[in-house]
Amino acid sequence: MSQEQILSSDGIPLQESLKKAERKNKLKALFLVAPLFLFILIIYIFPIGDMLFRSVDDRMITKMLPKTFIAMEKWDGKDLPEEPVYEGLYEDLSLLKKNKTFGKIIARLNYEKSGFSSLIKKTIRKIDKLEEGNYKEQFIKIHKRWGQSEYLVALKNTAPNWSYAKYLKGVDLKFDESRNIIQQDEDRRIYKTLWLRTINVAFWVTIFCFILAYPIAHLLATLPMKYSNLLMICVLLPFWTSLLVRTSSWMVLLQQQGPINDLIVWLGWAADDNRPELMYNVIGTFVAMTQILLPFMVLPLYSVMKTISPSLMRAGKSLGGTPLVSFFKIYFPLTIPGIGAGSLLVFILAIGYYITPALVGGASGSLISNNIAYHMKSSLDWAFASALGTMLLVGVLAIYWVYNKLVGIDNIKLG
Amino acid sequence: MALPNHTPLNYRIWHYTYLTFCFLVFFFLIAPLFVILPLSFNAEQYIHFSAKMLALDPEGFSLRWYEDMIFGTKNPWGLATKNSLIIAFFATIGSTILGTVAALGLSSRHMPYKAAFMALLISPMIVPLIISGTAIFFFMAKVGLAATHTGIVLSHIILGTPFVVITVTATLSGFDHSVTRAAASLGSNPVNTFMKITLPLIMPGVISGALFAFVTSFDEVVVVLFLAGLENTTIPIQMWVGLREQLSPTIMAVATCLIVMSTLILVTAELLRRRSERLRGINR
Repeated sequence: MSQEQILSSDGIPLQESLKKAERKNKLKALFLVAPLFLFILIIYIFPIGDMLFRSVDDRMITKMLPKTFIAMEKWDGKDLPEEPVYEGLYEDLSLLKKNKTFGKIIARLNYEKSGFSSLIKKTIRKIDKLEEGNYKEQFIKIHKRWGQSEYLVALKNTAPNWSYAKYLKGVDLKFDESRNIIQQDEDRRIYKTLWLRTINVAFWVTIFCFILAYPIAHLLATLPMKYSNLLMICVLLPFWTSLLVRTSSWMVLLQQQGPINDLIVWLGWAADDNRPELMYNVIGTFVAMTQILLPFMVLPLYSVMKTISPSLMRAGKSLGGTPLVSFFKIYFPLTIPGIGAGSLLVFILAIGYYITPALVGGASGSLISNNIAYHMKSSLDWAFASALGTMLLVGVLAIYWVYNKLVGIDNIKLG
Repeated sequence: MALPNHTPLNYRIWHYTYLTFCFLVFFFLIAPLFVILPLSFNAEQYIHFSAKMLALDPEGFSLRWYEDMIFGTKNPWGLATKNSLIIAFFATIGSTILGTVAALGLSSRHMPYKAAFMALLISPMIVPLIISGTAIFFFMAKVGLAATHTGIVLSHIILGTPFVVITVTATLSGFDHSVTRAAASLGSNPVNTFMKITLPLIMPGVISGALFAFVTSFDEVVVVLFLAGLENTTIPIQMWVGLREQLSPTIMAVATCLIVMSTLILVTAELLRRRSERLRGINR
């Protein structure tokens, strides 16, 4: 290779000035993306990070009882602790009483070990009467549980700033008193059922959507334009209609006195006074979600089928394949990218569905999203809601990653 | 779809079964929407078809629920409509501008880490709304924007931009960049080129993205449920509240109005799509 450099008109080597121009273009492109990127980063990605943080953040007790925990560092956690721990407790609890901020700590400690609620309440009530010195004895006099090491061990166990206890709770596990992971009590095991139900519903909704969508996508792709455009409206109108409108139409249809039940009675499948419950259970969730998510399956299938030349099937037939054989050997394999795109999209949307199950699902048809909303709005256990949200998010992002690998995110088709 | 005369019988049966199945699926898709329309004109206070309605007796129908929706005392729909329109308007403008500009950058062939950026910018569409709602609620509460229009508009901009990014990058994928180079060689500055050349050409994509953003904001209920105070109630929130209590004919009237609106939007979006395909020279 000759090393004679080619210079551009202003005397700079061409390679260098090309590189410079490239860099300038790169910066220009980045500059255009930057506003949206920063916006999403600040208002969306950081808050999601904050949510992850909340799900493992367990500094509340350590913050509220600072002196106790400093004193506890010297305690081996076997027998009863020495005087300094009780002195720390006295000072911390007195301060909490003065500021009237002991409500949260009672709930949190009682979650760790039942019995703490009455223990702390009684102690706080009587704490003003304590005399200086020899706090250990006086504490045990207020409540005998201060003399039982298991309560103090439970308190010491809350010392770490980070805890994955909420995640254990999300899969029906918990810590026992000596920090072993054990199964949740039988009557409180609900999350495994809930996760399984969510996955189950998402899976079957995807399958049903596929079975219903494949033939109509095929029909839309093979009909002449003027008919298919008309039929396409049947797919696109629900797609553009408000989710709440579509859910309310299912509530009308599925209610006890609704048209579907009327039909069932008229056909003689059920007695008029014994109409089947079609709503407020998992049936309602299934039917409504299938109809609502169907367009998301039809559209990707349609856009793939549209590109398959009809002459391929004719060629298959002319070579002696029966319609069935040519379909499975030629047509079906060509539509697999569309099947993948549609199924993943429907599954992702279904697994996080909230509105429809909340309105038509009742208790037996509610999904994990509904439980997250419950903990956000009613039980106010935000850390647990965050933990469930994080678990769901990880699942969805995993599918999103697969989707991106298989389909390519820029190939999402909208209408 | 007429079959040729020589088609064998078993194929004929198969073909008509297929058509019937397709017909049933189309019916399943579209029929639920049409249940709502007649019920909103019900003269009685029930959400099922009265005997008079089934007999098509004019007395069975009335506009009273529409009157109730518009003039009813203590009704929330006026405030809700106002809020929904204000929020959707600003959210649409924000999403459209941010999304279009970002799409221009993403479509540039010089853009580094294109796939990663794209995946990140589309993620609000993929992440379940309940998670977005939770996370955004924590943020808005922290910065004092919970229960404000601003907070809701900002979160709807987030949810709307993916649609704009997707539609505009799709339009730009068929874009002939020599026209902008021609403009530049004739002495136009980049802003002028964008306004006079690029924007008119990608307009159909921008508008259909804006329509998506508008509908997303106008329909959105999960995030607003977390963020809204009494003053920020929107149409979806009122429907949600109403549906949780009981089905009322007034809700059917509101739903009918929303169906009419979505039909108009669908027609606009379809016309735009066809125009865009014509402009980009894609003929099918």
